[in-house]
Amino acid sequence: MLAFLPLYQQAILSLAAMILFTSFVLLAQNGVLAIIHVFAWQGLLVAVTTAFVAFDSGAGHLYFSALMTITLKVIFIPWLLHRLVRRLGIDRETHSVERPARVLMSAAALVVFCYYVAQPIQQYSAALTRNTIAISMSVVMLGMLMLITRRKAVSQVIGFMSLENGLFFAAVSATHGMPMFVELGIAFDVLVAAVIFGVFFFHIRDSIDSLDVGQLNRLAERDE
Amino acid sequence: MSHHLFVQMLAFALGGSLGSALVSLVADRYPRVLSRVAFPALAVAGAASVTIGLEAILTGGRFAVELPLGLPWLHWHLKLDPLAGFFFSLIGIGTLAAGLYGPAYCREFRHGPYSLAVLGLATGLFIAGMQLVVLADDAFAFMIAWELMSLSSYFLVGYQHQNAANRRAAFFYLLMAQIGGLSILLSFGVLAGFGHGFTFEEMRAAPLSLSWSSIAFTLALVGFGAKAGLVPLHAWLPEAHPVAPSHISALMSGVMLKVSVYGFIRVVFDLIGSPHWSWGVALLIIAGITALYGVLYALLQNNLKRLLAYSSVENIGIIFIGLGLSIIFYGTGQHLLGTLGLVAALYHSLNHMLFKSLLFLGAGTVLQRAREHDLERMGGLLKALPWTGLCFLIGCMSISALPPSNGFVSEWVTFQTALQATSLESGVLRAVIPITAAVLALTGALAAACFVKVYGVAFLGLARTRRGRRCTEAGPGMVGAQGMLAALCLMFGVFPTATVTALNHIVTDLTGHALTAATANGWLWLTPISSDTASYSAPLVSLGVLLSLAAWAVVYLVLRPGGHARMTRGDTWDCGFGPLNARMQYTSTAFTMPVQRIFKPFWDLREEVEREPRNGLPQEPERLRHQLHVDDISWRLLYTPVVKLLHATTRRVGRIQTGHLRHYLAYSFITLILLLWIIT
Amino acid sequence: MKIWALALLQSTAFVLLAPLFAGWVKWVKCRLQNRRPPPLAQPYRDLWKLFGKEALLSHNASILFRIVPYIVAGATLLAAAVVPLLAVNLPTAAIADVIVLTGFFALARFFLALAGMDVGTAFGGMGSSREMTISALAEPAMLLAVFTLAMVAASTNLSTVIEQVLSDGLVLRPSLLFALLAMCLVAVAETGRIPVDNPATHLELTMIHEAMILEYSGRHLALIEWAAQLKLMIYGVLIANIFFPWGIATTPTPVALLVAVAAITAKLSILGVLLATGESVLAKMRLFRVPAFLLLALTLGFVGLLSHIILEIR
Repeated sequence: MLAFLPLYQQAILSLAAMILFTSFVLLAQNGVLAIIHVFAWQGLLVAVTTAFVAFDSGAGHLYFSALMTITLKVIFIPWLLHRLVRRLGIDRETHSVERPARVLMSAAALVVFCYYVAQPIQQYSAALTRNTIAISMSVVMLGMLMLITRRKAVSQVIGFMSLENGLFFAAVSATHGMPMFVELGIAFDVLVAAVIFGVFFFHIRDSIDSLDVGQLNRLAERDE
Repeated sequence: MSHHLFVQMLAFALGGSLGSALVSLVADRYPRVLSRVAFPALAVAGAASVTIGLEAILTGGRFAVELPLGLPWLHWHLKLDPLAGFFFSLIGIGTLAAGLYGPAYCREFRHGPYSLAVLGLATGLFIAGMQLVVLADDAFAFMIAWELMSLSSYFLVGYQHQNAANRRAAFFYLLMAQIGGLSILLSFGVLAGFGHGFTFEEMRAAPLSLSWSSIAFTLALVGFGAKAGLVPLHAWLPEAHPVAPSHISALMSGVMLKVSVYGFIRVVFDLIGSPHWSWGVALLIIAGITALYGVLYALLQNNLKRLLAYSSVENIGIIFIGLGLSIIFYGTGQHLLGTLGLVAALYHSLNHMLFKSLLFLGAGTVLQRAREHDLERMGGLLKALPWTGLCFLIGCMSISALPPSNGFVSEWVTFQTALQATSLESGVLRAVIPITAAVLALTGALAAACFVKVYGVAFLGLARTRRGRRCTEAGPGMVGAQGMLAALCLMFGVFPTATVTALNHIVTDLTGHALTAATANGWLWLTPISSDTASYSAPLVSLGVLLSLAAWAVVYLVLRPGGHARMTRGDTWDCGFGPLNARMQYTSTAFTMPVQRIFKPFWDLREEVEREPRNGLPQEPERLRHQLHVDDISWRLLYTPVVKLLHATTRRVGRIQTGHLRHYLAYSFITLILLLWIIT
Repeated sequence: MKIWALALLQSTAFVLLAPLFAGWVKWVKCRLQNRRPPPLAQPYRDLWKLFGKEALLSHNASILFRIVPYIVAGATLLAAAVVPLLAVNLPTAAIADVIVLTGFFALARFFLALAGMDVGTAFGGMGSSREMTISALAEPAMLLAVFTLAMVAASTNLSTVIEQVLSDGLVLRPSLLFALLAMCLVAVAETGRIPVDNPATHLELTMIHEAMILEYSGRHLALIEWAAQLKLMIYGVLIANIFFPWGIATTPTPVALLVAVAAITAKLSILGVLLATGESVLAKMRLFRVPAFLLLALTLGFVGLLSHIILEIR
């Protein structure tokens, strides 16, 4: 089946699998800098996939999306986070994953679940990349899982960004991208989010002396 | 075999076990009766069971008798078809081994505080119960036999009743057995309700809707699963199996669990008939969890028999994985693969019966000769018990699923079935089944680690106790029983093609579908689906292993006397620090420490460290004691909450017990009025 | 008959060339680390020397200890017999499929671990415990990769798998890509190479494989070392011939066989260089980092399996 597809379409599928793999790695990764690097790699993979899809479908605006992904998610945001982490002095810190085996197992279950959910959707899509819908959904889900399982703010932000990667990838693979305006809007949202997060890190640390968001529950009004 | 001959053999099989029970009644006065009459009778019963079981499998014959017992309008129907024959011969092999092993093993009970009569009586009834379960052809006889099996084994579990833990284990066992029995009864109730009759013939014809058959399936799963030890209903198993006398442990783990597998197959594949694929998915998930759970707990045990009991949980999981696959494939119309799954499950049932009985008998020998059940205090037993050690090694190889042993074949066939998941329509099934196969792979690898630990710590290395160093090999009966089982393990590993052919007969008879290509290429090659898909030649592999043993023999017998292969003995390397002693060896706990660290959340671990500090030197304590307790997590997650809930409910219900006579009269009065109202 | 002879020839070549491959890896590693390399034939000399020496046995060693080297060598030899080195469709390949192949390794490992515990030293027990732990995680990862292969080719027979990959031509299969990566990690763990274990170490506390066989000497040690080299070569050939099968002989003609010899030599040389580079670049991990490494292998195998199911089947 696969053998009859042109090579660049095979490449799209392989890249999709690699994007999924980076999501798994993000889930299990401990070091702060390593997480940022993996995120950059994921962005690069998404960008390359987008370029391939653009070539496959002839949708010229996707090249622009790819370029934007590279500047934003491969270069700018990782650079910003890198700088933040340095300035906050937490580049040596490890954000240990609690019970990595359990997290990975639930991740696996999520992927199977996404596949189950995506199967009916796939039938409505005519694109050759429809098989990747399940993958992109999985990337979204794994991003959410990362948001849930991490305690430190930086890795949560990465989880959020990776979730956004999944959404973007879903748009690219299912419908050959969203309209340009929407895409631009989202891109700027992400950009602004990254900057605001950066500012917030300092504030969080100033107010609770840590970037552990588990500590934020101290801000809740409770009777103790 | 003519019908007449069959009845005669059946009389031998049942008469042997029942007779052994009766004769044992006088064992307290004449202890020799047990070893001279009761156990030989069991051996005869076992041999007769194997004979008619094999006959039923090979000829595909069905033998039926009706006994004038039971209810006036419902006589006991007994029938032996190939499926029943298979399990009947499993019981036979176990009984034969117990009959050979028992006389010498039970000698130590002669001078103990416990009644020999109870032991003999309960053993005979236990075996007769299992035989009747397999023979039963109506629900009534089945349930009577089932309860006979449960009750008599209760007395065997609680046999050494002066120990409070044994009594507790026995009670818990009885409780779980009753819950399971009730569930089975309800399942039969559903089938009988729609079939308008209690014979299996009528139940088979019951027209069931999907929801009612699902209910019957679930009840059967709970009932037989509780007896077989599916997680989370397994908790009685590691308590009850280790405390029974060892030949009984062998029968319980090796044979009784298979009887509940039989019951499950009978109800699901035969009585309900057309299983739905979604049951298979549920079963597959439960079985996968059971297998992994069992092996992880087995790994951390230090009590040898408890370890073996947990390993039974693991193997039951493997058997049910095969059954789950089979249901999925039958349910989706892939009959060939469904048959293959069922064959795998039956094959593993056979194997587990053989090697688990073998290992329990080995553990019993160690218990009797070295007086030790704790792995931490064994060691070096291979030198004291060479034959037991050899048999135990074969058992360990089989249970670790190493080629060319029998355990490997059944796991391999299970893998092959699972790998055909690509032929399924449903994408999720295609994903779930290989994941289960991966769990099975993990289980197999962990089981190998577990039994390397067992054998390495118990039989190799240096003896940790005086008695372990000094003890001598058991008598011919005990060794013979183990030798027989070990030889069977090897035989069923080396000649899988013949075995699969026989199992194919059984499954064909049961479901009407046959494997076509599995044995098509002659006795050398096992090709479950086709020779292109996968092939395995156990005889050639065994030849290879034999050749490497032969190479050793040549070096040892030919070259060494010729002065070519020289060998000298020296001290063990001790890094130059002085002599090593037995306490410096790796212990059982130490061996599993890395695994324990990796899979930590799966257990409830309690670590006890006692240190007696030396004056001023906290780093170098005078004495250090470390102990690791492994608690079954199912207690915390399931049993304790259930018990708490029960207590709370009973306390609430108990309020109606006011103690006033008037109130009780009022209850009766109200009940009477209610009943009258219902009747009208 | 001729084809059986060819099968025998192939197995013999396997056994005889295994030390050469080990020597090649060592040679490249020395060059990369600016050391003077030993001659390529050094492993042969070592084996010869060991075979000539008398075997020294501990007083505590049981008979099992003496039999184990033969079983280990025999099981590894059986494994070598079923792996297609030069040609597919040889009769020996039907003896066992890929799952049985992992079974052979499990058999060898089981007995080696028992031998480690036999003498009763802490080192032996330590090595056995670690080896079994690592294999308990590596084996499922290996089998996940194998399952992926089996599902791609609808077969677990190595010959069929290779022919399937050959007939597909150059296809970028995400599943095979991940299976390849998983297999590489497993191969590193199972053959005891850096970063999991260090084959050249002499610090007992960090050893895994070497700790287990610490008590062996003479011809026993030679057999075990030979088996280890054979195992390394088997994994190399598996990776080379399953994922890059081009060049392997599908018909037993002399020309095809010559091409196959050239192809496998080239592939193994490249693999050797890659392995040596990896070993020079990476440092050995702490023991308790190894589970994370193998978890990565498991994840790779798993993603491979899923991507086959999700992406490649319609």
